[in-house]
Amino acid sequence: MRSRIVGYIASVFYPFCLVFGLYVVTHGHLTPGGGFQGGAVMATAVALMIVSGMFTVAVREKKVVRYKWCEALGLLLFVALAFGGMLQGGSFFHNWLANAGGCFGEAVAAGPNGGALNTGGTIPLMNLAVGVEVFGGISIILVTMVRAMKENRDG
Amino acid sequence: MNTVLLHSPALIVGLPIFAAILLMVVSRFGEKVRAVVFFAGIALASLAAISLAEQVLSLGAVRYVFGAPSPAAPLVPPDSGGIPVRILFHVDAAGALMLLVAALTSVAAALYALRSEERASGREYFYPLFLLLVGGVYGMVATGDLFNFFVFLEITSLAGAALTAYRIDHGLAAEAGLKYAVVSTLGGLSFLLGVGILLARHNLLNMAALGARIDLAGFGVPEAVAMALMIVPLAMKCGAVPMHQWTPDTYSRAPAPVSAFLLVSSQASLYGLFRIGFSLFGLSMDVSTVGLFVVILAVLSMFIGVTMAIPQHDVKRLISHHAVSQTGYMLLGAGVCLAVLGDPEKVRVFGRDALAGSLFHMMNYAVYNGLLFLAAGAVIYRTGTRNLDRMGGLGRTMPLTMACFGVGALAIAGIPPMSGFASKWVLYESVFRYSPLLSMVAMVVSLLTLASFVKVFQAMFLGPQRAAYAAVRDVPAAMWGAMAVLAVLTVLLGLFPDVVMQRLLLPAADALINQTAYTMPLGGAQ
Repeated sequence: MRSRIVGYIASVFYPFCLVFGLYVVTHGHLTPGGGFQGGAVMATAVALMIVSGMFTVAVREKKVVRYKWCEALGLLLFVALAFGGMLQGGSFFHNWLANAGGCFGEAVAAGPNGGALNTGGTIPLMNLAVGVEVFGGISIILVTMVRAMKENRDG
Repeated sequence: MNTVLLHSPALIVGLPIFAAILLMVVSRFGEKVRAVVFFAGIALASLAAISLAEQVLSLGAVRYVFGAPSPAAPLVPPDSGGIPVRILFHVDAAGALMLLVAALTSVAAALYALRSEERASGREYFYPLFLLLVGGVYGMVATGDLFNFFVFLEITSLAGAALTAYRIDHGLAAEAGLKYAVVSTLGGLSFLLGVGILLARHNLLNMAALGARIDLAGFGVPEAVAMALMIVPLAMKCGAVPMHQWTPDTYSRAPAPVSAFLLVSSQASLYGLFRIGFSLFGLSMDVSTVGLFVVILAVLSMFIGVTMAIPQHDVKRLISHHAVSQTGYMLLGAGVCLAVLGDPEKVRVFGRDALAGSLFHMMNYAVYNGLLFLAAGAVIYRTGTRNLDRMGGLGRTMPLTMACFGVGALAIAGIPPMSGFASKWVLYESVFRYSPLLSMVAMVVSLLTLASFVKVFQAMFLGPQRAAYAAVRDVPAAMWGAMAVLAVLTVLLGLFPDVVMQRLLLPAADALINQTAYTMPLGGAQ
């Protein structure tokens, strides 16, 4: 039942889907969206691959191991950032990067402005962590479901 | 050391969750590393919980503000418009009691799990889920924020459901896990709806501030609806009749260490029920009606639980039904105290003791019922059957397990000098002042419990040795050690009830009864 045209178009869309998801993740502190939503959009790319009949690519064991790594490392980064607040003298989850200069450390300009990406302290980093984690997690769910479906059909 | 003490409220939740995530990364480095990270996560979190409880009991309630420049930051940020928007943990003496219970049982259950799950596959999922369950329970008893409580409730529910289904067991465990997941999700949503109503009415999620606000603004119909939506799911989660149907399936099909800790997660729900009944609505609602409602639930739970237990042949299912019945005792004491909360004289004479007895029973129950689950699990581990009719004569080959099970059985039946006797006695005496009939029901239920456990003990350990189990040995040291810890605790709690009562339980009961002490520091914050 695999259509060559659908498969081809889907693989063209695949990177765009990922990039859009990444956009939602990185602009999480400025625009609607954020880590979870962006991660879900990125996982949609995997879903696209699966429904267009390319699941032999998406559900390969090597890929699944990669999704698991995404999930674990995203979560680890998130908790490490939360503990970082504690190490910097604040409480757990203290935003220790905000207004400190450097990476995401710019102070937010007062009044209406276009939104500067380089603000927010740990929040954009946490968004990134959640985005990676959700991408990995939802992809694993999708792959597991497809495998169960295949087993049902084949068995 | 001071830093650790200062941050202990965050560490009790942070450490288990961090260890759970770390396990996902390090699980490829072999079984040894995995076991070390798992046990270290549980043990360090327990140490943090015990030091926090000690701090609370000696110095008073601890408040920890998350995401602030310092843990002691003011609850109301200057730019928030006067609303306490910050998420905080608020641990008073009642929370400290629960922290101690969770700390002790989690270590015993984890130690047991290291050996009992050794032969099972899928431990890379078992360990993180168990850590999440522990972290969720700590969060539930430490949090001072209603929405936060809901989040931790969901964490424990989902982790508990997954752990229940962990040994698929021809689909039976999977069914039990699914049942638990569906029931707890429904309960969780109902709780969330209640929180939403309160948020819409009062713009507050902080329990202390909300309690003070409701007291000022009056208890209207929306508050009543919210209260019902919150109390019923929590009563369901702690296994009160008539919402107890999930308990026998879930407790009996989960692996033994998981059952032992699921009990504590049910206790955390019960603690949430107390918090909401006493601290949130204690001053404003019609306490005598709600108290009577809780008492009715209690009597039903006690009686139906024990009568359902008597005909069981599956040992873990039998203990699960007893768990329902024991929950009834805790609800009884708390219900009586709630019913007389409007009358300070009655609270002084017996209400306070009833609540303290109920908290005492909660503590004892987590220990001895956990012990019973672990001991039953040990027998199942060695014999491979859970059917009482097929066991027998195991006392000859498993004497240590028999001793531990015996201690637990005596405690649950309320025989001195075990802990169950002490807490039941406090309950009988205080509840008698409210209604002698209730005390009599409690005693009859205790007798039926004794009858049931005499039967179980006889069927499992006494009688002639069976040829099939002649080669059975006692369980490995880690499993036996975990049971011994709980057995020693059971005896100690029964031998020194006055120490526990003065140092731990009466302060905890006062923390619940005295609503203004809970809300006061925030009362001026609005």
